[in-house]
Amino acid sequence: MKALIAAAAVLFLAFAGASAGVVPGGTAAITVVLPYAAFLTLIAGIAWRVWWWAASPVPYRIPTTCGQQRSLPWIRTAPIDNPDTGVMAAIRVAIEALMFRSLLRNSRTHIAAGRLELSEARLLWLASLALHWSLLVILLRHLRFALQPTPFFVPPLDALDGFLRIGAPSLLITDVLVVAALIYLLGRRLVNPLLRYMSFFTDYFALLLLLGIALSGIAMRYVAPVNLVAVKEFALALTAFHPVVPAAPSALLLVHLLLVSTLAIYLPFSKLMHFGGVFLSPTRNLANNSRRVRHINPWNRPVPTHSYGEWEAANAEKLKLAGLPLDEADRGG
Amino acid sequence: MADRPVSDIELKAPKGDWRDAHVELRKGTFSNASLPKDLIALGLPNPRKWQPTDLDWQLPPDWKGILLRGMRERLAKYRSFRLFMDVCVRCGACADKCHFYLGSGDPKNMPFARAELIRSVYRRYFTLSGRLFRSLADARDLTEDVVKEWFYYFYQCTECRRCSVYCPFGIDTAEITIIVRELLSLIGVSTHWVTEPAANCYRVGNHLGIAPHAFKDALDFARDELRELTGLDIEIPISRKGAEILFVMPSADYFATPHYYTLLGYMMLFHEIGLDFTVSAYASEGGNFGLFHSNDLMKRLNAKIYEEAKRLGVRWILGGECGHMWRVLHQYMDTMNGPADFLEVPVSPLTGTRFANAASTKMVHICEFTADLLYHEKIKLDPSRNDEYVVTYHDSCNPSRAMGLLEEPRYVLKRACNHFHEMPAKTIREYTFCCGSGAGLGNDENMEMRLRGGFPRAQAVRHVREAHGVNLLACICAIDKATLPTLMDYWVPGVQVAGVHELLGNALVMKGAKERTTNLRGEPLAKETANA
Repeated sequence: MKALIAAAAVLFLAFAGASAGVVPGGTAAITVVLPYAAFLTLIAGIAWRVWWWAASPVPYRIPTTCGQQRSLPWIRTAPIDNPDTGVMAAIRVAIEALMFRSLLRNSRTHIAAGRLELSEARLLWLASLALHWSLLVILLRHLRFALQPTPFFVPPLDALDGFLRIGAPSLLITDVLVVAALIYLLGRRLVNPLLRYMSFFTDYFALLLLLGIALSGIAMRYVAPVNLVAVKEFALALTAFHPVVPAAPSALLLVHLLLVSTLAIYLPFSKLMHFGGVFLSPTRNLANNSRRVRHINPWNRPVPTHSYGEWEAANAEKLKLAGLPLDEADRGG
Repeated sequence: MADRPVSDIELKAPKGDWRDAHVELRKGTFSNASLPKDLIALGLPNPRKWQPTDLDWQLPPDWKGILLRGMRERLAKYRSFRLFMDVCVRCGACADKCHFYLGSGDPKNMPFARAELIRSVYRRYFTLSGRLFRSLADARDLTEDVVKEWFYYFYQCTECRRCSVYCPFGIDTAEITIIVRELLSLIGVSTHWVTEPAANCYRVGNHLGIAPHAFKDALDFARDELRELTGLDIEIPISRKGAEILFVMPSADYFATPHYYTLLGYMMLFHEIGLDFTVSAYASEGGNFGLFHSNDLMKRLNAKIYEEAKRLGVRWILGGECGHMWRVLHQYMDTMNGPADFLEVPVSPLTGTRFANAASTKMVHICEFTADLLYHEKIKLDPSRNDEYVVTYHDSCNPSRAMGLLEEPRYVLKRACNHFHEMPAKTIREYTFCCGSGAGLGNDENMEMRLRGGFPRAQAVRHVREAHGVNLLACICAIDKATLPTLMDYWVPGVQVAGVHELLGNALVMKGAKERTTNLRGEPLAKETANA
């Protein structure tokens, strides 16, 4: 049901984009006003969210240790999974961000006939990695449209992406990967009963929105090619802050732009901000050195305690009976 | 409770809508409520007589405001909380990592579902989308049913952190559980098994409320027993000023079995190496049930250790075998109650090893200390005295995932025992399965849920029992020692539970001691066989 609502929302957006050309001012809204508004929201929204998290204190040093600590010099440690210094913790975070280290640990647990079995489960890791790296490459490839001259790394990236040389224009690997990964991630939410139980509108919406963006983009390349020169002129004008409303943009381009703008507006306020967790989680970005270096809690405050003096006074008779030493006796009291 | 309360372990597809907060409080799956006397002793809010099965929980009139203000305050104080309310993508990697989910099949025990129980309330009251879109944003109103649901499921989490190992964003359910329990305690919702030991520890000094003279009796008894075992007079100094080292152990070590044999092991070791140490009658508890209630209560109970070390004038502190105690000592003590600038950086008086890893806290784990002794060959062991045992090692959650103390106990075990086998790789070290009874859940009324939660751990033990004939599960956690025997009897009969230092004590060759005919449990030593 939630998946259907999300699909309806994305389809509605796509339809709105496709039909924008027939509404007076519709093209201008989608090609000029919306991209600027979306970009602004994206930047301001991310800045605000990251600030909101980063501004909060970290009272305790609580890394999740996933390997041997550094204690005795002759014991081999796990310097990355159980970092002992800030530098090693930064490396741990980097591996998490670039390689999704923790997802790679994933396993599947089965229970059958009262037996528990653990098996490897790498597909989620693979799909996530494929999705995120493909999105990055696709984003970088798009710089060809937005920057003049084209950044030096874009042509080799394009070449690499299309090295299979299948068809013309040649098939880009990231296009295939991104769609495959999104379909897998959507499929598991629908098929796996545990995930279906705990999947929200936002989970489906984010995946379907990305799928819509990917498919509209791919269609512009392989199905109904758009005039790339015109698109580049339009995009360059946009990035140079001299926006020009394209004369007769393809409906696909409008759909693509509307969905991308929606994503940019939606992202800062949604679970798509999850990258914050990778960099800011105190369970990952802190060194496990809390016995070696004192960690300071900025709001540490006094709490009522039961002091030794109070305790001794309450237990004096029992202590004397048991022949245990008392401070009171030391003071001659 | 039936003879076999749990035999139907299987994972079924969940039904219904998770947003329905109603829980059925089934006997055997939850803990009893706190008693007013303990809340009064600790100065905690809303002391009253009640039980979770009551229809009316007698919450304070403004319970909702208290909870929401409590959430706001904690969102400002903890980046962990702020972040963990926002960044989950519900990828589900954690789903089948929780022992309570695996044992109960209850989908709300999947870690990401457990967290959503409070995230949904967070979205409703603290985010724009939740306020605007409510059900479309999966936001939920805070109702009394939600309070009951929180109580049920956040007391079905042992704060073991296994899910946080697998989470790509490092979301730690233990952190969320700690904060929700803190919130619940603001309106007087907590459990007897947590607040009674905490109150006892606060006033008397230890969980069971053993008064100083009884504490001394228990240690005198150990002295007698050690005399019988070894023929040596092994003194256990109490509150002795000027000792070099303060030794802090969980109180179970001197009042419960099989913990008690670990105590004998420590004391034999200290005697053999001539350690200048003392235990304390005031800080006679290393365990800290405050951790299972609120950070403030944790700090209040923990404060005693440094206060006592200062009063006695010791140089540094040595800590015994206990899991959650070491979470507190390793990750919280120095921050909460430090700086320990009146102590010195711990140095082993035998080997001269400077424990630089404890340079600030000045507290060393007994396994670090003993492993160092063994490495420098300062003690002699006769592992054949443990030949009756085929041993495996259960990594306790906290020393594994909140510390990384993995090799030290293994180093000791492999020298103290001839027969040692590891459980499957995905069930040990950082992947270790919890005993299912930690974080204050180890009471009898919660037995069904404990047996369910302990099922994955027991399964791994069963695996090595069948493959290698394992008959002894070694561990370094007082809660493990208290609860694993029940679990083993139920799921893997024939496996005993022992502390690492019990096995060390068995093997320890002591100067001037009589020949050992029994192990520390008083059982005759295994006869040497041809292939032993």
